[in-house]
Amino acid sequence: MVSTNKDPVLAVFSLSGGNDFLNTVIPYTDPLYRDYRPSLAIAEDQVIPLNDKLAFHPAMAALMKYWDEGKLAIILGVGYPNPSLSHFRSMDIWATCEPDELGLTGWLGSVIQEIDPKAENVLTGVNFGRGLPRSMAKDGVPVASVGDLSSYGLLTDIEETGQRDQALDLFGRMYSPVLGRGVVSDYIRRTGLEAMAGADILGTAPSKYSSTVEYGNSAIGGYLKDMVQVHNAGFGTRVLFTTAPYNIFDTHANQAVGHSNLLMDVATNIDNFMSDLREQKISDNVTLFFYSEFGRRAMDNGSGTDHGTGGVAFALGEHVKGGIYGEYPSLELGKLEDGGNLQHNVDFRSAYSTILERWMGMDAKSIVGGSYDQLDFL
Amino acid sequence: MADHDIALMAHLLRRAGFGASRDEVEARVAQGYANVVEELLDVGEGPGIDEDLMYRAYPSYFDKAAIETGQTEWVYRMINNRHQLQEKMSLFWHTIFCSGDNKVDNARTTVIQIDKFREQGMGNFQDLIMMLSQDPAMLYYLDNIESHKTAVNENYGRELLELFSMGVGKDGEINYTEDDVKACARAFTGWNLAPTIPVFPYGRTPFEFRFDPADHDFEDKTFLGETGPWNGEDIVEIICKQPATARFIARKMYDFFVADEPPVPSWRQSHPRDPEAIKTLEKAYFDSRYDITSMLRALFTSDFFKSESVRYAKVKSPAEVVIGTLRMVGQHTSPEPGLFFVAMEPKYMGMDLLNPPTVEGWHTGAEWINSGTLIDRINFAAGLLGDTDLPGVKSIIGRLMDQSDAIRPEDFVDGCLDLTGPLTIAEETRKELVAHVQSGGELRHGSESERQDFSQRTGEMLQFIATTSEFQFG
Repeated sequence: MVSTNKDPVLAVFSLSGGNDFLNTVIPYTDPLYRDYRPSLAIAEDQVIPLNDKLAFHPAMAALMKYWDEGKLAIILGVGYPNPSLSHFRSMDIWATCEPDELGLTGWLGSVIQEIDPKAENVLTGVNFGRGLPRSMAKDGVPVASVGDLSSYGLLTDIEETGQRDQALDLFGRMYSPVLGRGVVSDYIRRTGLEAMAGADILGTAPSKYSSTVEYGNSAIGGYLKDMVQVHNAGFGTRVLFTTAPYNIFDTHANQAVGHSNLLMDVATNIDNFMSDLREQKISDNVTLFFYSEFGRRAMDNGSGTDHGTGGVAFALGEHVKGGIYGEYPSLELGKLEDGGNLQHNVDFRSAYSTILERWMGMDAKSIVGGSYDQLDFL
Repeated sequence: MADHDIALMAHLLRRAGFGASRDEVEARVAQGYANVVEELLDVGEGPGIDEDLMYRAYPSYFDKAAIETGQTEWVYRMINNRHQLQEKMSLFWHTIFCSGDNKVDNARTTVIQIDKFREQGMGNFQDLIMMLSQDPAMLYYLDNIESHKTAVNENYGRELLELFSMGVGKDGEINYTEDDVKACARAFTGWNLAPTIPVFPYGRTPFEFRFDPADHDFEDKTFLGETGPWNGEDIVEIICKQPATARFIARKMYDFFVADEPPVPSWRQSHPRDPEAIKTLEKAYFDSRYDITSMLRALFTSDFFKSESVRYAKVKSPAEVVIGTLRMVGQHTSPEPGLFFVAMEPKYMGMDLLNPPTVEGWHTGAEWINSGTLIDRINFAAGLLGDTDLPGVKSIIGRLMDQSDAIRPEDFVDGCLDLTGPLTIAEETRKELVAHVQSGGELRHGSESERQDFSQRTGEMLQFIATTSEFQFG
């Protein structure tokens, strides 16, 4: 287990929609790449070489400094057997580690429960976005879901501060336990107090934060900035999760421009995220893992690409051992699944197991549902 | 008007529909409870909304390319269908006959299914199950397209028995065996889809049912003790005769319309909370030969429904939170901007319409509530109820002003509780609210600035009410 002075924190970022692996980490010397992608192949003089065979899409430039520092791990050909090409199904599989049955318990929900079995800290796990992501769902595990930290909280429509303070004070008194109203009422009251406690605490995060880093206007920038603020505020949050806007990486059409913009958004804001953590001097105990639910078809469809299988995942952090992990899937026709999909060679549960055992210091088997070979990026 | 009449009518409108403004509740009381029930049950022909107006404002609804369009249109209909029970029934069936966009991935096909629930949901149950067994979204979702004479796929056959008609068991007994599942699945072989047009480049066209006799197993099957060369319609006929089917629908209706019950998988061991009520509904099922409207009539006219013990006995589903609040305040009652954002709210509260998490549907009752969804529910309702420009809120303010020139704090709080319900809250909570009003000084509304102050304080009190734990029930 990697040692840090403080408890290890895991940040997870899902690039929702199926990020195109082939155009993110490019086998730029392989002639098949250009054969398969007459419309979308990135010109050799534009890619950013990582080594003599692989290169980054130019829009990933902002992450090169971490590659050069040796803090960025690239995991090639990550997936699982009998891959599903359905967004929901595949996202669920990554979320629950259940490829065959329908799983309803998220791996991060189990992690949060492992850290805080009695749910004493309602902010142990925080989602940046709306709704409750399947990855964090588990019975009995409270998760705060923050759409926008600056406006998060109860009764945020009440604008005048004095009035809102009164309202929240009243809320606290209204929700204090009242006997004899029934099991469900009691549950709602307890949940209300939990929610208010969480909202109260989260509301103090922006005031504790001051930074020179500018994140720009995108949703991804907003979520990553909120992640830094929450980590900075020291609430004991150990699991932070966010998703790119729903399905945004699903580049079936207009991929040349669309995907480039997406990668730029992601790379720039992850750079902002790391730079900000370093500026606040709180980067030492954070590892960021970002992935997508599948990669995309080897051949382009003229304007974009369709759903595929084996994809790419990344780990970034002060204690990450940068480099290439796994093998680049072969592009030879005979080695593609169903005539167009890259074969995975790293099971995503290996990546999870590595993170759980070597970073979070917990037993991976029960969380991911089996023993998987670990990788050496931590 | 007698208080209990208003409370009873508000209860009926919340359950048999999505609630109403106080003005409408009072109008309905004048109409008479029995007449209102008959009006709810008599849906006649036609869509119940001004479709021309809707399509003119929202042209994309005319042909739903994306699932969000389907969700938004359905929210519009739930708010505005004057046949409220018809719309509530389409939601009722959607929570039972679950197929989801996460797999079907064809908004047009999914919305056609909901349209059929709306048209046929109050008719004959046998016709409804026949429609479901030929519904392309369902056949695709439950893999019946993979079920062949020589290689049967049991998914639809099983879920039809387990989740759509009889349930696994009742009164300690099991309702069907694995052999029955196999026979059922065999009977539905060949119930398939016409070849689908490729998505690229033609876009998602609706799927169509097509029976393929070459792929159907015409041999004899034994199903629930009856043997014959059963095809799907024969299975449906046998299912509809079973007491277990009557029990299933009765318990589902009780859970949805009367009071929260434990979930279906535990029905073999768990008894209904009101066995007599269930018997009443089962009798209506058989007496009317499977007519859903007759069952609903028996339910809404019964003592067990009207009883005070089941008022506010259900945790509101996200659909009820969103649409109920909108109908109470009077927003989106005709096309206006912002409908899309509002229509996405049930999803954030845990109910992604047209996309239930599994074929078993949503976990309801207390399970709608967790620390994330509770904040969303409270903020949504408080946001609307605190908006003193909305017609429903203005009406409440006006009524309170009419009560007296200098209304006392207790009467003010009780008035707000009455006009948003009538809602009863814990005495401790009520005292807190009264104390809060007292601390704000006298409630006069003589001068213009006093009227503004009064409006603002009313909006604030309605917000507090929306945050109470009691307000989570409906």
